[in-house]
Amino acid sequence: MNSGGFFHLLPNASTYAGPEDVLWWSMVGLCSAIAIGVFVVMFVFCIRYRKGRPADRTLAKETLPVELTWTFVPLTIFMGIFVWSLFLYAGTRTPPADAETIYVVAKQWMWKIQHPGGQREIDTLHVPVDVPIRLMMTSQDVIHSFSVPAFRVKQDVLPGRYTQLWFKAIEVGNYRLYCTQYCGLDHSKMGGKVIVMSRKDYARWLDRHDSGTSLAAQGAALFRAKGCSGCHGANASVHAPDLDGIYGRIVHLADGRTVAADDRYIHDSIMLPDKQVVAGYAPIMPAFSGELTESQVLALMAYLKSTRPGTQPAHESTRR
Amino acid sequence: MNSSAASIREQGRRARGLVKEQYDDAGQQHATAQFGMWVFLATEVLFFGVLFASYAICRIRNPEAFLLGSQHTEILFGAIEAGILLLSSATITFAVNLIPFDAREWVTGLLVLTALLGLTFLVLHGIEYSHEYDEHLMVGVDYAQHGAHARGIELFFFLYYALTLYHSLHVLIGVCVLATMAMLVWRRRIRSEYTTPLVLAGLYWHLVDIVWIFLFPLMYLIGR
Amino acid sequence: MNATVITPDLPELEPPRSFFAHGSGLRSWLTTRDHKRIAILYTITITLFFVLGGVAAAMMRINLVTPDGALMSAETYNKTFTFHGVVMVWFFLIPSIPATLGNFLLPLMIGARDLAFPRLNLMSWYLFVIGGCFTIACLLLGGVDTGWTFYTPFSTLFSNTNVILVAVGVFVTGFSTILTGLNFIVTTHKLRMPGMTWFKLPLFVWGMYAVSLVMVLATPVLAMVLSLIGLERIAHVGIFDPALGGDPLLFQHLFWFYSHPAVYIMILPAMAVVSEIIPCFARRRIFGYKFMVYALIGISVIGFLVWGHHMFVAGMSATAALVFSILSFIIAVPSAIKVFNWTATLRRGNISFEAPMLYALGFVGLFMIGGMSGLMLAAPALDIPLHATYFVIAHFHYVMVGGTVMAYLGGIHYWWPKITGRMYSEGWARFAAVLMFFGFNFTFFPQYVLGYLGMPRRYHAYPPQFQTLNILSSAGASILAISYLLPFLYLGWSLYRGARAGSNPWNARGLEWQTTSPPPKQNFLARPVVRKAYAYDEPAPGTTA
Repeated sequence: MNSGGFFHLLPNASTYAGPEDVLWWSMVGLCSAIAIGVFVVMFVFCIRYRKGRPADRTLAKETLPVELTWTFVPLTIFMGIFVWSLFLYAGTRTPPADAETIYVVAKQWMWKIQHPGGQREIDTLHVPVDVPIRLMMTSQDVIHSFSVPAFRVKQDVLPGRYTQLWFKAIEVGNYRLYCTQYCGLDHSKMGGKVIVMSRKDYARWLDRHDSGTSLAAQGAALFRAKGCSGCHGANASVHAPDLDGIYGRIVHLADGRTVAADDRYIHDSIMLPDKQVVAGYAPIMPAFSGELTESQVLALMAYLKSTRPGTQPAHESTRR
Repeated sequence: MNSSAASIREQGRRARGLVKEQYDDAGQQHATAQFGMWVFLATEVLFFGVLFASYAICRIRNPEAFLLGSQHTEILFGAIEAGILLLSSATITFAVNLIPFDAREWVTGLLVLTALLGLTFLVLHGIEYSHEYDEHLMVGVDYAQHGAHARGIELFFFLYYALTLYHSLHVLIGVCVLATMAMLVWRRRIRSEYTTPLVLAGLYWHLVDIVWIFLFPLMYLIGR
Repeated sequence: MNATVITPDLPELEPPRSFFAHGSGLRSWLTTRDHKRIAILYTITITLFFVLGGVAAAMMRINLVTPDGALMSAETYNKTFTFHGVVMVWFFLIPSIPATLGNFLLPLMIGARDLAFPRLNLMSWYLFVIGGCFTIACLLLGGVDTGWTFYTPFSTLFSNTNVILVAVGVFVTGFSTILTGLNFIVTTHKLRMPGMTWFKLPLFVWGMYAVSLVMVLATPVLAMVLSLIGLERIAHVGIFDPALGGDPLLFQHLFWFYSHPAVYIMILPAMAVVSEIIPCFARRRIFGYKFMVYALIGISVIGFLVWGHHMFVAGMSATAALVFSILSFIIAVPSAIKVFNWTATLRRGNISFEAPMLYALGFVGLFMIGGMSGLMLAAPALDIPLHATYFVIAHFHYVMVGGTVMAYLGGIHYWWPKITGRMYSEGWARFAAVLMFFGFNFTFFPQYVLGYLGMPRRYHAYPPQFQTLNILSSAGASILAISYLLPFLYLGWSLYRGARAGSNPWNARGLEWQTTSPPPKQNFLARPVVRKAYAYDEPAPGTTA
C-alpha cells in the first residue's frame, strides 16, 4: 500500500472515500475547535478565578439567553452535519444501474466470491478499476461484516437474507479486506484483499480463471440436478409456477399479499418455500434449507435471472 | 410532642413495628409501598413487552403461519382460563375492599378462593400442555409438524411457550403470595390498620390478569 | 473569605456513634438494612470486579503488543474480551455510582432516614453477588466467547461455551439493578423531608432519579432477551434463528433497546457527581440549574429512542438509519449543554484544586472528547467506515472510563471524609488524578487513530502496520494501571492514619454535610436545614461569616 505521511496510510481508493474524507476531516476540525475552545475557556477561568486571586466575583443574574444560545447553536450545527451526512449516506445505498454484480458468501472464517462468469475465489476479490461493483452478500452461518477501509465501505453479512454494498474503485492496487463483525474463533484471521486491476488486466484475469461455465450455467445445471426442473420445467406434470422470467415480477401470494420477486423472495422460496406460497398453487414444495449451500442458491438465482424475457437463457454449454 | 389523638395512634403503630423507622407516619408508608408496586408493574410491562413486540414482528413476517398456529391452541381451555382469571380479579377486589372493615373470615375466604382459582388456572394450563405434547407441538422437546408453514408454526409455538410459561410463573408466584396473605389475614397480622401487603398483592394479581387478557386473543382467537 | 467560615462541629462536643459502630462483626454487616452499610458492601464487591475486569484488560493490552498476538490463543483472547466486557459493564459500571455513592448519599441528601425499602436494598446486593458468582463460575468453567453483546445466531447456535451460565448471571444482576432503581425512584418521590421541593434537590439526586427511570424501564428488556437466548440454546429453536424464518436482527434491536439506555445508566450518575464537585470547589451555585435538570431527564428519555445507531451497517433500511441518526444528534444537545454549564460554573468562582476537583475537571475534558467522537458515529456516512473499529472502542472508553470511572473516583474522593470520617493524603490523590488523566489519553487516543485507519475491534491478531499505535496504547495502559492502584494505597492508609475529617471538610452546602462524619445510623441527629441547592453564595448553616 502507498505510504507518504502518517495520515496517508489509508488511501482514498474509491469514489466514496474522497467525499467521506472531506466530511470526516471537517468533523475532526469542528470537534477540535469546540474542544480547544472549551479547554481554553476552562483554563482561563481556572487561572483567573483561582482561590486567593483578586477578581470580580459578582453573580450574573440573567442566564436564560446564554442557555438558549448554547442549546440552539449546537442544535443548528448538528442538524447541518446531519443533512450533509444524509446526502453522502443516500449515495451509498443505491448502486448505479450499470453496476456489475459479484456474489459473496461468508462462512466461518472465509469469504467465498463468485463472479457472474463462474470464476470463484476465496478471501480475494478481483475487481476492475472505474467500474461500479455491486456485491450481493449472504452468510452461511453467523453474522459477518465485509469491510474495506480504503474504500470506506462496510456492510454486515447476515444469514438468511441478502445485503448489498457497492463501490467504484478509482486506484489500481491491493487493499485489505476485513471481517468486522465478531464471528467466533478465527474472526481476526477472516480477512483478505481486494485487488483492483485495470480493465484490461481484469479481462485477462477473468479469462485465465474461466471455469468454462458461467454462474448462470452452473445454476442451470443445479436446476436439473436438484430436481427443480421436475416440477418447474416446461414439461412437468406437477402443478408448479413457471419460473421463466420470475426475477423482478410481481407475485400474488396465497394470503392475498403481492410481493416483488427480489433476491430475498427467491432465496426464501427455495429455502423456506412455505413462508410465501404463490396464489393458486398447493404448498407442496419441500424446503431446501438443508439441501443447498448459499453458493448454490446464488447460482440458481443467477440462472433464474438469466431467464428474463428477451435474454438468452443460460445453458450448461454456454461459454462466456 | 404533639398530644393529639392522631399522634397517639401513630405512636402506637410505631411501637408495634407497623411503621418502619424511615417513614414519618403510616399514611406515608402505605403510599410509598403502593407507589413502589406501580413502579415494579412498569418493569413487568416492559418484561412482557419484549415478547409481545417479538410476536408482532414474527407475525408480520409469517402471517399465515401464525393464523394456522393459533388454530392448534385449545380455545375452550383458553376461554375458561380467561374466565377464571377475570373471576379471580373480582374476588381479590372484594377482599381488598373488605379488609378496612376487618371482615376477617370473609377476606380470608375470598383470598383462599382467589388462590384456588389461580391453581385451577395452572392445572388447566398443564392439561393444555399435555395435549400439545401429544400433538407433537412441544417446541424443543417434541415438535413434529409437517407440511406448509411448519416452521412458521414452530415460531408461533416458541413464542406461545415463552409467553405462557412466564405468565404461569407469575400466576404461581401470585398463588403463593395470596396464600401467604390469607394466612396473615387469618392471624390478624393484616387488618384494617395495616392493609398495605394485601393492597400490593391485589395490584400484582391484576397485572397477571391483564397479561392474559392480551395473551388470550393473540394466541387463541386470531386464527378463528 | 471562607477561612472565616466555621462549621459547627457537633462531634467535638459529644461524638455520636457512627453507623460503623452500630453493631460489629460479619453478621451485622450481612444482615444490615442500613443504606450506608449496603453502599459499603457494594463498594467492596464492585472493586473486586473492577480488579478482575482490569486484569482482563491488561492481558488484552499485553497480547496486542505484537501483531500476531503472542501472549494467548485466539480462543483465550475472545474469552478475555468477553469477560472484560461482561464484568466491566454489568458488574462494575452499571452499579458503580448508583449502588455505592447513590445508595449512601441519596437519603442523606434529601434528609431521609433511609431508602424507602431497606430490605429490598439488601436483597438487591445479594442478587448482585449471586449474579456475580454465576459469572465467575462461568469463568472458572472455561469462559464465554460471544462478546458481551451476545449477537445471535453465534451465541445461540454456534458458540460451544457456557453462554447460559453467564446469561443467568447477568439476568439475576439485572434484577438487582431494577430493585435499586425502583428504590431510588420511590425514595425521591416519597421520602423528601419537608421543605425539600423538587427544584431544591441537588443535581446528584436528579441524576439518580433520571438513571433510575432508565434502570427500571430498560433492564427488564435485557432480562427477557437473555432468557430468550437461553431458551433458544436449550430448545435449539427460537425467534432469532434464520433457518426458521426468525430474525437475528430482532435480537440486535431488542438488545440495543436495553444496551443503549444502559450507556446512560453509566454516564448520567457520573454527570450527577461532577455537578456536585464543581460548584463546591468553585464556590459557585451551578450555572443554569434548571437546564441541568431538564438535560438529565431529557437524556434519559431520548436515550430510549436512539438504539438503532448501533446498527447502521447491520442491514437496516435507509429510513430507519436516518431517523436514528437525527435522534442521536438531538441527544447530543443536552450533553453539550451540560459541558457548557460546568464550564460556566467556573466563571467568577473562587476555585481551589483539591483532588476531587481535578477528577471532575478531567471528567469534563474526557467526556467532551468522547461525546464529540460519538457525534461522528451518529452520522451514518461516517459510521460506515468507523463502525466496529477501534474508533468505537476509543469513543466508548472515553465516555465510560474517562467519564464514568473518573467521576466515580472523584466522587469517592469527595465523599471519602463523609463516609469514613478520615482525610486522605491530598498530594498523592492529586498526583493519581493527574497521572490517570495522562495515562488515559495515552492509552485511548491512539485507538482513535487506529480506528480511522481501519483496525477492527475484537481482533486477536492484526496487520503489522498497526503495531506502533498498539504499543503506544499498551504503554499508556501500564501508566493507567498504576494510577488505578495508587488510590488503593493512600485511601487504605487513610483509614488507619488519616486525619479526622470533621463534618464538613470542604465547606460544602448539601444536606449530607450537615451531619457528622461518618453519619450516625439514623443519618441526622438534628433536623438539617433545607435551602436552595448549591447555596455557595450564602454562608453554611449555623455559621457566622
